[in-house]
Amino acid sequence: MLEKRFKLEIVTPGRVMYEDEVESVRAPGVQGSFEVLIEHIPFLALLETGEVSLRKSDTRRFIATSGGVLEVLRTGVTLLLEAAEWAEDIDVDRAEQARARARQRLSERPPNLDVERAEAALKRASNRLRIAGQR
Amino acid sequence: MPTLREIRRRITSVENIQQVTNAMYMVAAAKFRKAQANILAARPYAEKLDALLGHLVSQLNNPTHPLLDVREPQRLCIVSIGADRGLCGTFNSNVIRETSQRIAQYEEQGIDVTLFCVGRRVRDFFAKRQYNIDREYVGFFRELSFQHALDMTQELSAVYADKQVDRVEVVHNNFKSAITQTVVVSQLLPIIPRAPVGDALFLDYLYEPQQNEIFESLLELHLNRQMWTLLLDSDAAEQAARMTAMDNASKNAGELIDELIRQRNRARQTVITTEILEIVSGAAALEG
Repeated sequence: MLEKRFKLEIVTPGRVMYEDEVESVRAPGVQGSFEVLIEHIPFLALLETGEVSLRKSDTRRFIATSGGVLEVLRTGVTLLLEAAEWAEDIDVDRAEQARARARQRLSERPPNLDVERAEAALKRASNRLRIAGQR
Repeated sequence: MPTLREIRRRITSVENIQQVTNAMYMVAAAKFRKAQANILAARPYAEKLDALLGHLVSQLNNPTHPLLDVREPQRLCIVSIGADRGLCGTFNSNVIRETSQRIAQYEEQGIDVTLFCVGRRVRDFFAKRQYNIDREYVGFFRELSFQHALDMTQELSAVYADKQVDRVEVVHNNFKSAITQTVVVSQLLPIIPRAPVGDALFLDYLYEPQQNEIFESLLELHLNRQMWTLLLDSDAAEQAARMTAMDNASKNAGELIDELIRQRNRARQTVITTEILEIVSGAAALEG
């Protein structure tokens, strides 16, 4: 029998990235990654930098995100992500450059360095590279 | 009376100008369509985020947050959003006028003003007049991205939470339609709390992490998206203003050319008349 599906919407400031019926969605909550299946109770979770994956008829697709929020309502699941990219769309060269740049900044430690920001940049770049590897 | 050759030369030069303004009109039109598409594309995110925040606020009693904190304004931050380029009618001058009026007004009341400039034109104006510019964001309208909005709000909320300023106002052009753009002032910080959206069917969520932690992060997301909307709006307004300005310039050039052509014809007619007169009078002299 076909697995039951629910409506999933992934929206970024620039576009509606995904809108379809899926069987499950996994998201990087700030307290750990979790998976949402059908008939989940209303739920609101913060997401951090990491991997969102969704499953539909045994195919999984992956998204690299820098965080956002996930909302489960009776009518479906909505993800609002400030930045998100499909694994297959990630520009590996650019991500690698970004990682190298962030690493360099962190090792050189210029006096006005915003350490938190540089670390976040490094984390994002590494995340994108890791997810790009899964496509 | 200019000579025939001078008039011809002027016609050519005005025609060249018309070609240029026409081309600029086309470019602005293309950019305008893109800017409009960007506004439309940003709408679903904004609506969903607002709805979500509305739900959450309806579940909170008395939300508190540094960014909601209303203080008596003693130091104020004005963010003045204009364009990087000129030739767009009154787009920049309206923003500049409103901004400088506000600064003068606040300073009269003894309120310190911190100035953030967005757009090269605005920055240049205030830099030239020795205003204190605390931050400037220049040259990003060419490739506007959400990251720019993020960078700005990060600095603004840091300054606000740090109590360096007590209010943040944004002076910007509001995009109403392709024909009208008006300068408006919006308060960015403190965030004006939204009315809770109570819908009877809505049941409370499960939260992860705590409710208030989520609320804090959502306020940041909200601020980012507000700034993003402002930037997109201003960008569309700029292109619309440039379209109108260039369209007017092309029309004026057309009128000027018509007038010059009339002058040219008259001058040519005069030349011909004089020549005929000379021939006729020459012949008359020979006969006599």
